[in-house]
Amino acid sequence: MKYESQGVAKLYFFGALTLFSAQLVFGLLGAILYVAPTSLPDFLPFSVVRMIHTNALVVWLLMGFFGATYYLIPEEAETELHSPGLAKLQFWLFFGAAGAAVVGYLFGYYDGRSYLEQPLYIKIGIVVVALMFLYNVSMTVLKGRKTVISNILLLGLWGIAVFFLFAFYVPSNTVLDKMFWWWVVHLWVEGVWELVLASILAFLMIKLTGVDREVVEKWLYVIVSLTLFTGILGTGHHYYWIGTPAYWQWIGSIFSALEVVPFFAIVIFAFSMVYKGGRRHPNKAALLWSLGCSVTAFFGAGVWGFLHTLAPVNYYTHGTQITAAHGHLAFYGAYAMINLAMFTYAMPQLLNRAPYNQTLNMISFWIITGGVAFMTAALTLAGVVQVHLQRVMGMAYMDVQAQLGMFYWLRLGGGLAVILGLVLYLVSLLAPGKASAPASASYVPAE
Amino acid sequence: MDTSSAEPQWGVLSALPGNPIMWVLIISEMLVFGAFFLGFAAARMRDPATFQAGQASLDVIAGGLNTLILVTSGYCVARAVRARALGQGIHRWLAAGMALGVAFLAVKGHEYGREFAAGHNIDSDTFFTLFFLITGFHALHVVMGLCVLAIVAWRDSLENLETGAAFWHMVDLVWLILFPLVYLLR
Repeated sequence: MKYESQGVAKLYFFGALTLFSAQLVFGLLGAILYVAPTSLPDFLPFSVVRMIHTNALVVWLLMGFFGATYYLIPEEAETELHSPGLAKLQFWLFFGAAGAAVVGYLFGYYDGRSYLEQPLYIKIGIVVVALMFLYNVSMTVLKGRKTVISNILLLGLWGIAVFFLFAFYVPSNTVLDKMFWWWVVHLWVEGVWELVLASILAFLMIKLTGVDREVVEKWLYVIVSLTLFTGILGTGHHYYWIGTPAYWQWIGSIFSALEVVPFFAIVIFAFSMVYKGGRRHPNKAALLWSLGCSVTAFFGAGVWGFLHTLAPVNYYTHGTQITAAHGHLAFYGAYAMINLAMFTYAMPQLLNRAPYNQTLNMISFWIITGGVAFMTAALTLAGVVQVHLQRVMGMAYMDVQAQLGMFYWLRLGGGLAVILGLVLYLVSLLAPGKASAPASASYVPAE
Repeated sequence: MDTSSAEPQWGVLSALPGNPIMWVLIISEMLVFGAFFLGFAAARMRDPATFQAGQASLDVIAGGLNTLILVTSGYCVARAVRARALGQGIHRWLAAGMALGVAFLAVKGHEYGREFAAGHNIDSDTFFTLFFLITGFHALHVVMGLCVLAIVAWRDSLENLETGAAFWHMVDLVWLILFPLVYLLR
């Protein structure tokens, strides 16, 4: 840690890990409801459990992005943060809003649109938080060194804020409503979030492999160009059956089929940086998470996305467990893993843990990733069976669900493994390491 | 971006004229138009009658004229790059190339007007959906190409001119495949 104000990241990482834990607990509850629908008390219906599961996910990822930004921007800009105090205030506002939203959900206060269920006043709070954040970070970059990494990160972060504004636009026409809802949901995860992912990964690659900044920046330009080129019109793959004109089936199919390309570029980027870079950073676990992120994002977002993105295929698979399989592996690979990579890289420095439980952290990587992969496999198989029985043979929805029980039990098993991995991950980061394992004694920062 | 130290690290893209990022865009464009052409071929195989009827109503003369216009425009822009390399004036050649680009759009507009008058639009049938999507996307690239050429006419280093010309040649290359495939092949 070179700059004192980087320390505010710690608060964000703790907040993110708290919400990550909540997300997994509610995910587990949801998985239990799939196999035993009447096993939970009445105030925890599936709809609310799912809502907390997905909302906690989005909020902890954002909180991780905020923390990662506060951690890396001072190093990139070579100056202290504009206002660490504002960053702390912003954290408590955001964390408080998230907590209020969750409690509200349990008592039935929510709006109807998936992922955007937050009541209006919470949404306004989110905008205030975003403005505080963007002001703080932009001022820091403006007074310091401007790098490609910080520019692209800022582009992504401003994009997140701008597209969130469409959450306030709720046309009464349900087709238009859905159209603009995707401007938040799709243009986040398949647009501006990818810019954030790429720039955090680029930062980690410079630090972990010691490769030249110029090389990393060129890759970043290529990845960002490909992302925006494919991702923006790729929004069309959500417009197949919602009442929009039929030409969206062509636009959506063609552009979103190419969305796998930037993810493939990220894999090539990450591995070639490790291959080229001479330096071996002592934090091997952070490198494992970074490389794992690129590969799992490629499979989850790229390959599993492509599986059902072509309109003639999606005609059969739309809204089945295939979608759930893709959603889990993509969110985990692209956005959970980049955050976990950043926590793994930064936490030992933020907490001043010279030796830390690196091996345990790497074990948790394999358990969590294995658990999510197993869950994805179970849901994919469930989806294939579901598509055939329901969409091809025309069986009734609930009759088909009755056939899928085994897969839902397997998914629950995968979920339990993820929870176990989470516990190990938390212990590895938070508990002091054994003195016998000097991890970062000879640590020399890159550049 | 600092262009002076940028040479070696672009891999295969380093050897190409102009800015390497333009080539990333060009390759991406080729993939998209390629996918559209494949989609066109597949849809045509499934429903040849609709495609034959649609094709019969297209204005082949206008399409042919536009082919000549675009290829000539490409020639003018190539001459502009050459003139820049030799230290001669470029603006005459660039202006001619851009004027021809505008002429292409005028002919295209006339053609679209004719199709609309005949009652064809993007929702008429699969042929016309693809006709308007593919030619419309292409026409938007002509518009963007004109913007790129205007920018490189203003910032007229040799590298910038090569970058603009590379994009412009991509636009006419796509048309050279598009025209026979959509208008002529029966």
